[in-house]
Amino acid sequence: MAKFLRNDLVVLAIFAVVVLAMPIWLQPLGAGYPDLLQRFAIYGIFAIGFNILFGLTGYLSFGHAAFLGVGSYAAVWSFKLLSLNVIPAVMLSIVVAGLFAAVIGFICLRRSGIYFSILTLAFAQMSYNLAYSVLTPITNGETGLRVLRADPRVIDGMLGVDAKGVLVTDLFGISMSGYSGFYFCAAMLIIGFFFAMRIMRSPFGMMLKAIKSNQNRMSYTGFNTRPYALAAFVISGMYAGLAGALLAATDPLAGAERMQWTASGEVVLMTILGGAGTLVGPFLGAGIIKYFENIFSAFNQQALNQAFSFLPEWLQDIVVGVISPFVGEGWHLTLGVVFMLIVIFLPGGLMEGFRRLGRLFTSGGNGPDRRKAASPAAQPQAAE
Amino acid sequence: MANLSVKDVSKSFGGLMALDQVNLEVTAGAVHAIIGPNGAGKSTLLNCFVGRLKPDTGTVMFGDQPLLGLPPHRINQAGVARVFQTPEIFEDLTLVDNVMIPAFARRDGAFKLNALPSLSKQTDVRDHAEHVLEDVGLADSRNAIAGTLSRGDKRRLELAMCLVQDPRLLLLDEPTAGMSRADTNNTIDLLKKIGERGITKIVIEHDMHVVFSLAHRISVLAQGTVIAEGSPDEIKGNPKVQEAYLGGTH
Repeated sequence: MAKFLRNDLVVLAIFAVVVLAMPIWLQPLGAGYPDLLQRFAIYGIFAIGFNILFGLTGYLSFGHAAFLGVGSYAAVWSFKLLSLNVIPAVMLSIVVAGLFAAVIGFICLRRSGIYFSILTLAFAQMSYNLAYSVLTPITNGETGLRVLRADPRVIDGMLGVDAKGVLVTDLFGISMSGYSGFYFCAAMLIIGFFFAMRIMRSPFGMMLKAIKSNQNRMSYTGFNTRPYALAAFVISGMYAGLAGALLAATDPLAGAERMQWTASGEVVLMTILGGAGTLVGPFLGAGIIKYFENIFSAFNQQALNQAFSFLPEWLQDIVVGVISPFVGEGWHLTLGVVFMLIVIFLPGGLMEGFRRLGRLFTSGGNGPDRRKAASPAAQPQAAE
Repeated sequence: MANLSVKDVSKSFGGLMALDQVNLEVTAGAVHAIIGPNGAGKSTLLNCFVGRLKPDTGTVMFGDQPLLGLPPHRINQAGVARVFQTPEIFEDLTLVDNVMIPAFARRDGAFKLNALPSLSKQTDVRDHAEHVLEDVGLADSRNAIAGTLSRGDKRRLELAMCLVQDPRLLLLDEPTAGMSRADTNNTIDLLKKIGERGITKIVIEHDMHVVFSLAHRISVLAQGTVIAEGSPDEIKGNPKVQEAYLGGTH
């Protein structure tokens, strides 16, 4: 099985089927509607890219939302100036976010560890505040950048494509809202996943893991570690830019709040929750956080009372009283508790949990195979 | 083959003179031991060779290339590899990965963005790494995680990581410290075996058994200066050395 999963195309095919079938298998879980599915795919891309920097290279950036925001702004500008088609928007966003990441990374990577994290946080907060103030001509400040009917849209004009009715982004005529929007995001996710997998399984990916493991040794081994880390930073910035572009593509509005530090923190949580350094962990973490955000924040006092109406009234009041701070507006409390439990008991994230379960099954079932089962498990990155 | 020549190297930390006008000439292909009591400045001297420290004055030439002021990766790319006093390895990676990484450094240089070719297709590098692991006697545990090795095995792994690069100059900082007598003898045999490849070696060592079985030449460092230099026999008979170092213990 493990050997089977080492074949890139097999892994990609499984991943693609799982992602494209999400509208079907998430239906019973109450998540089978396009808005949420789009979010799974978009934040999955964001987390997969973030993982290349944090999970592989070991640099904890606390400012990746800045690239998400830059990607969104670039995409909306493309919708305004070039075309409502999403392809130029996606390409422009990736390039702009990559350039932005190259500049910020060049500066921040002069330090490592906590100082690197603080520098990235400072840059992101600076971008956030600038978007609200000095950069208002580009970002349209608090109102957010929107697509307007009067925008030039040069390419659309040249091709004679005229937006009729409501202004929606499209892919050669297919509107990017609803399920078609989700499938476009899913296609981008699958492509992004493919590149992440190739990177992780390439000599370059091995160097990134080595930098995380022992940067000193890397220098004495003859590697200039700075360009490696910068390349990882730029690549993850481009992923964030792509995610930002897709956010704008499915809802053509870009606001500065996307760059706030809470958004940067969220992608850190997603990656750690799923399993930093693993291939599918970050996507899993992103999906779970977005799913629970949706489920828990929808609960209110009334829904709780209804759910526990089978209990005697005095008990119902107590149970509802205990649970209510954890749902609705307070769902972040749940997230915090879950996150703490994961970090304390499963520092490798959910992927480590699955690995432990898998080991339990393989070694518990047939005793003599214990040693065989343990050896592939000793290579965490090879299996998934 | 290149000589390493060290001229008038001094280094002070605050008021402490760690190295005071050190001169050293290491002939190509030789095994040169540096011995001396604790705090004599041996590791400081080695740190100056690999770019970890920058001396206050002096020059270090490797062949006709000056090493001082170069960053560590450039010094390595010039052909200088180092085994550290506490093994510096990639603890989270497998043994074969640990040895493949330096092999990539030799093949691809200080930076190469080969992010798309698959690692599993780099068979030449893998074969080379496995071959070197065999040389140091670690082939059986090639897929183990390096952090799980014993201290002695970690040293051997680090040695393999240096050897896979075919360095011209190998710096060994107490390669047998903390090893059992049997492991020490194994390491001596190993070092003798690789000595046949003609790699120039500088060994810092406390264990006189190791020094006298390996070294062609010995320099004695005490309080930051070279107080004696010569063949093993000359050093054994030198009264100054006896006083400063060998003294009561041997």
